[in-house]
This record gives sequence, structure tokens and C-alpha cells, in this order.
Amino acid sequence: MDQTSASQAKQTPLFALHQELGGKIVPFAGYALPVQYPAGIMAEHKQTREAAGLFDVSHMGQVKLEGADRIAALEALVPAELAGLAVGRQRYSFFTNDQGGILDDLMISNQGDWLFLVVNAACKEADIAHLKANLKGDVTLTEMSERALLALQGPKAADVLARLAPGVQTLKFMDCKPVEVDGIACFVSRSGYTGEDGYEISVPAEKGEALARRLLAEDEVEASGLGARDSLRLEAGLCLYGHDIDTTTTPVEADLVWAMQKRRREEGGFPGAAVVQKQLAEGAPRRRVGLLPEGRAPMREGTVLQNDKGEEVGTVTSGGFGPTVGGPVAMGYVTTALAAEGTSLQAVVRGKPMPCKVAALPFVKHNYFRG
Amino acid sequence: MGEKRYTEDHEWLEVDGDTAVVGISNHAQEQLGDIVFVELPEVGKALEKGKDAAVVESVKAASEIYAPADGEVLEVNEVLNDEPAKVNSAAEGDGWFFKMKLSDPAQVAELMDEAAYKAFVGD
Repeated sequence: MDQTSASQAKQTPLFALHQELGGKIVPFAGYALPVQYPAGIMAEHKQTREAAGLFDVSHMGQVKLEGADRIAALEALVPAELAGLAVGRQRYSFFTNDQGGILDDLMISNQGDWLFLVVNAACKEADIAHLKANLKGDVTLTEMSERALLALQGPKAADVLARLAPGVQTLKFMDCKPVEVDGIACFVSRSGYTGEDGYEISVPAEKGEALARRLLAEDEVEASGLGARDSLRLEAGLCLYGHDIDTTTTPVEADLVWAMQKRRREEGGFPGAAVVQKQLAEGAPRRRVGLLPEGRAPMREGTVLQNDKGEEVGTVTSGGFGPTVGGPVAMGYVTTALAAEGTSLQAVVRGKPMPCKVAALPFVKHNYFRG
Repeated sequence: MGEKRYTEDHEWLEVDGDTAVVGISNHAQEQLGDIVFVELPEVGKALEKGKDAAVVESVKAASEIYAPADGEVLEVNEVLNDEPAKVNSAAEGDGWFFKMKLSDPAQVAELMDEAAYKAFVGD
């Protein structure tokens, strides 16, 4: 548990609503947020897979970059192709350091004359300092701290949101556009962190609670907390910053090469490009993989992985129980020679070796709407 | 059945002579949330009061279960291997963890009775 108590943590614009709904409030990345509501993590997880869950992700940082040099300046800090990113489209990327390690992962969308960035709460201050110190030329950074962020996720998300914002069902996965939702000027992206179809809705802070209540009034929607968000993203094989990726992991090791488009892989021009390009050419020493324990016991973060000789070959970086899988699931890093799907490994759980296998990610098929 | 006692670590035990049934309290299961796995001790394992006896895992985390008294494991609740959620639905009944032989039944008297435990958890 975090060292800061929930009472010292910052509150999001939805804090009163979380309390009213019986949310179990915990400190997370400096914010007081619900880890679950009375329904519980298992029920909230299944709700999102089967209908729709509403998550408060207002703790995440929203940043606006303006100015003539914004695209080139940001490309110098991330390995994503931004020059070719169409207006209204969004990309997943990460800030890298000079060693090719990952400082944070983020979403970037092209809003025409500005770029919209969404970064992790725990990294937001460092990210903004990094941007301010390193963005070159004509670029203006504005923290959009007056906005809340809601995630509506699940197979019913499009039906529900279309009632409040007709036309939103035609957005494709990773579109991000200004949309009026229930009469409120929002930015809506068709994306999320659950592997399901769904939306993230950036809404003025003072309208956040009203919009959340409006969405929760729909039959298909239930409030969902951080616990379900974590089990959903783990089943979807999505990285959690500070766990599955950090300053010691490169994008190649993290199996995120898909997020570095061809021109950027070839031209480089981002921090640590030399390291990343060398790994692209010669291979990386280790790789992030999915891991399926053969028994029922979850393998938690930090669990050591061994080969059949009992030698340490890797570590679990995220692990728990997958409610949709119906059993334990994990992700971790293993030496590249043992990263092939189906490789048998031993996980040392409470001093005892337990068999597990390298498995394909995601554990639960992504259900994105690609049009 | 015999008298029921509780530890400050939220285990309960129901004593019958020199044996006791052990589980976790209803309050504890509420705090833990959905239970997905229980690691039971081996039958015959020697238990030391306050030391690890079992592990209970929720979706989020693993928690140690401590022996409420010295003794030896006589029997474990195999049902929990397939139905760990029994701990949520019947923490102080069918969701028991193990039966133990008490090496010093007098140790039990030091533990809280139901009224004291309720006060302890603020119910």
C-alpha cells in the first residue's frame, strides 16, 4: 500500500460520487481513488467484459502542446511517427531516455493545430518537467488540469454513449475528436485500457460528476474501480508503467516495437535511439511475455522465474487472477532464448517451484472497433 | 460445538476439547474481497502460534494466515482448492481452512471472544 494515507491524497472531481457509491477509497499515485465498489473487483471486471464499466481516470495528466514546432519537438522525445498522424487520430507512445529506457507511456492525438497528450498520474509532474526542459522551438505546453477523464469501457459502451452523443459509434479505434456529449464539450477517444471497445472522455472538471451520473443512469453501465482496471488490462496484455515497463526496459525488450513506426525505427532521432536500433538489428537480451501458471496459485509481481536447471531466467512484473480467464495470469521478462510461446518455466512462489508456461498475449482477445 | 475465539490477525477458531477448526473472520473476507486461491497447510504440519499457516489470495494480493495457537494440522478443507470463493460466502462456516490439534488448549483463553472481536474491528 502507498505510504500516503487516503486523507492526504488529492481528490478527483468525482470523489464525492465515489464515496456516495460506497467506493473503497485507497491512495493511488497521489490520488484518493476507489479500488472497488461494493460489487467487488470480480463483478466489476465481468461487467466491463460483458456490458460496460465506468472508470474515473481523472488522475491522469492531460496536456496540450501548441506552436509551429510541436510535432518535430515531440518526435525528438518519443519514437512515434507524429508527422504522419492524421487529424483526429491517436497513437500510443512512450518517452525514452538516453539508454533507451522508458520514462512513461502516453497517448498522443493530433487535434489539428495542437497535440493532446494523456500521461500517467504517477509520472505527470516528471513528464511535464521533461517536456518543458526538452521541447525545442516554437512549442507552448499547457496542463489541462481543469479537465476530468472518464473511461467508458465494454461491448455496450458504443450503444450507451451514442444515446448521449449521436454519431460517436462511427469513431474508430484510436480516433480522438471533439464531441459534444449530453451537451457538454468533450474530447472523446475510442480507446482504453481494458482490451474492450470503449471510450475515454475528457470533460470539463465541473461537468465530470454530472456526466458520470448520466452514464451510470444507463442500465448497461456500472461504476468500476482501480482493481478491475488492473485485472482487465493484465488480461489484455497491456503494460502498467512502473511495473511492466520502466527506465530499465527498452521498447524492444517490452515487445512494443509495433508502437515505433517504420520511419522512426529507421531514422531514430529520439533519446536512446542508438540502443533501440542496435536491439532491433541484433535482438534484445530479454523480452516481455505472457505467463500462465499451471496451478491455481497466482504468481505476483517480483516472483522469480527459473529454467529447468533451477537457474534464474526472469521475473514476473504483473501477476494476479484473471476473472475472464478464470485462473491466474501474469506478465514478466525472460531471457530471449526462453521467450517462445509454450516454453516451460518454474516460478518460485513462497519458496516452492511451480510450473508455468510462456503464453501469447493478450490472454483475452481485444475487442476493438476498427470500422 | 465448542467456544469460538478470534485473533487480532482476524483468524477464528472453534475449540472442541483439544482440537480446533480454524478459518478467517467474516470481517477479514470483507476486507480481502473476492478470494481466488487458498494455499492450505499439509496435514501433519507443526504449527506455531503467530507463524505462517496458510495463504489466502484475493484478485489483488496474497495475505498470510497465521496459526492461532501451537499444534498440528489434522485435516484441511479440500473444498477450498476448487471453490476458494467459499471463504467469501461462508467465512465462518463451510469456508473453514483446517482442523488442528492444540498442544496447549490454555492458549485459547488468551484470545478474544466474539463480543471482544466485534469491538476490536469496530462492528
